Amino acid sequence: MSRIDAKFAELQAAGKKAFVAYVMAGDPDYDTALEIVQGMPGAGVDIIELGLPFTDPMADGPTIQLAGQRALETGMTLERTLDVARAFRKTDDTTPIVLMGYYNPIYSRGVDKFLEDAKEAGIDGLIIVDLPPEEDEELCIPAQAAGLNFIRLATPTTDDKRLPTVLQNTSGFVYYVSITGITGAAEAQAVDVAPEVARIKAKTDLPVIVGFGIKTPDHAKNIASVADGAVVGSAIVERIGKGDSAADVLAFVKSLADGAHSA
Amino acid sequence: MNDLFNSFMTGPDEKGRFGKFGGRFVSETLMPLILDLEAEYEKAKTDPTFWAEMDDLWTHYVGRPSPLYHAERLTEHLGGAKIYLKRDELNHTGAHKINNVLGQIILARRMGKTRIIAETGAGQHGVATATVCAKFGLKCIVYMGAHDVERQKPNVFRMKLLGAEVVPVTSGRGTLKDAMNDALRDWVTNVRDTFYCIGTVAGPHPYPAMVRDFQAIIGKEAKEQMHKAEGRLPDTIIAAIGGGSNAMGLFYPFLDDKSVNIIGVEAGGKGVNEKMEHCASLTGGRPGVLHGNRTYLLQDDDGQILEGFSISAGLDYPGIGPEHSWLHDIGRAQYVSITDTEALEAFQICCELEGIIPALEPSHALAHVMKIAPDLPKDHLICMNMCGRGDKDIFTVARALGLEMGEAD
Repeated sequence: MSRIDAKFAELQAAGKKAFVAYVMAGDPDYDTALEIVQGMPGAGVDIIELGLPFTDPMADGPTIQLAGQRALETGMTLERTLDVARAFRKTDDTTPIVLMGYYNPIYSRGVDKFLEDAKEAGIDGLIIVDLPPEEDEELCIPAQAAGLNFIRLATPTTDDKRLPTVLQNTSGFVYYVSITGITGAAEAQAVDVAPEVARIKAKTDLPVIVGFGIKTPDHAKNIASVADGAVVGSAIVERIGKGDSAADVLAFVKSLADGAHSA
Repeated sequence: MNDLFNSFMTGPDEKGRFGKFGGRFVSETLMPLILDLEAEYEKAKTDPTFWAEMDDLWTHYVGRPSPLYHAERLTEHLGGAKIYLKRDELNHTGAHKINNVLGQIILARRMGKTRIIAETGAGQHGVATATVCAKFGLKCIVYMGAHDVERQKPNVFRMKLLGAEVVPVTSGRGTLKDAMNDALRDWVTNVRDTFYCIGTVAGPHPYPAMVRDFQAIIGKEAKEQMHKAEGRLPDTIIAAIGGGSNAMGLFYPFLDDKSVNIIGVEAGGKGVNEKMEHCASLTGGRPGVLHGNRTYLLQDDDGQILEGFSISAGLDYPGIGPEHSWLHDIGRAQYVSITDTEALEAFQICCELEGIIPALEPSHALAHVMKIAPDLPKDHLICMNMCGRGDKDIFTVARALGLEMGEAD
């Protein structure tokens, strides 16, 4: 059982919704990002999404783009991103880490080498935005064979006909993108999200987590109440971008986690 | 031998691959849209009414066929091969870009899309898109790197006159690749009514094949015209490459004519060296995944994308169409690079000897013609694609030559 599966089993037993938080590795610098990641479980984060910086994040809004640029300017690389996970694993062996990013840095390293390194670093799952099911042979299938979860995005444009294709090789959980758009854009409404989550849950036993456009504790609560959990990324990254201290960022993260957990 | 098995013209496969290149590396939100587009294009491709509409507009709106012109003084000057220029700079809007835009906009209309988005570098694709949108009364939004908005002011003004909204892109470094990122971000946000009109043979399948098919009119005409003029095939065909659409358009109909030597010319900027001040993806890059396809890319050791560098905004892209990557790897086409300085020299010679002000993009192709023609026999036929006119570039050229020119001159 992967750390992700174990976490959802634990949450289900406790009757709790999952709170997933995103942070870009190396933003604003390696040490601060690591401090935030290390503080996340204490702030109530159930699953950590660790952003892998990329020069051309086509599905991300300005907030995440800028975070990536800040990280790259400090010399962040795929290897240093894995170092964040390695350092985190020294003190926490249960909180799942999902690496989120784009395919080219992974392809550039070589898929087999990457999977070996990611596994060793303590990464549990991958969300690779530009790898749809049509490209499953690239990374999805090798990742599952290597024991890493491959978490797929489902979107409002994923219709009933396509949904089985999207779910076929997904594991860990399904990430429902609540809006058509980029990260940090329009706010998703629970009333719109609820039927979509139900539509996906009718086709899979995997937990369905909702993200994109969740910004406040109340919003996290509303969305989590109609799904198995909520993801917040841009709202957290925005505070890091403004120069908030790790402690302030973590206090905000805790308020979001409390929101999601009160659902 | 059965030539079908040896054809270079059968790609892409059903996964949108040319060998290992191409594919559909896009987010899930876009995937259904791309599958829709593919289905619509497959229908249109075999629909005579679609091509009838294209032919009519090509003839009466664009001014096709473009002439195949024997550049007599240039031939004489170089003293070797006989040089023909395929005059696609004479098209309406001044470049080959409109060949493709017409096809995509007719397709968009068939799909009921009302909002057209495009990315542009030099502004030629943006102008072509704004033009066809004006003709059909469609809303047009053009994403253009802030840096390019600055260096291509005449085209920005043209687009505005044509009713398009030009969005300067400041994300990343504000060049063509960032404009493409922002166009993709727009598309992912406005999925229901928007059609993304890509300007080159790159992007996710079916774009590389579709844009090639629309641009292939260049090569089809050139082949017929050369046959009429010389009674045979050309020996060498040459075109400049940024993303590679004018080149793919010229090359494609000749791919199975084994006697034809095919040469693509990349932008070498300040020279293809370790400083990476160039846009030569094939000669200075390696395979990677960006903007929906696997192809040769300028990138660092960690797979981060590098900025290209070229005097020509139209060639300033860190990638290249996947079919070119494939043709490069299998050796069917040869790819070379030309520096800014060499292109500028060719630009001036073309003005002086032929009375044609070429765009900086085909000036790269011409510079390579100037390199090879003198050593070739007089009966060697070269066909070069003069894919755009240089009016847009006069300010850049003046600056590069150290000349002052008031913009109101």
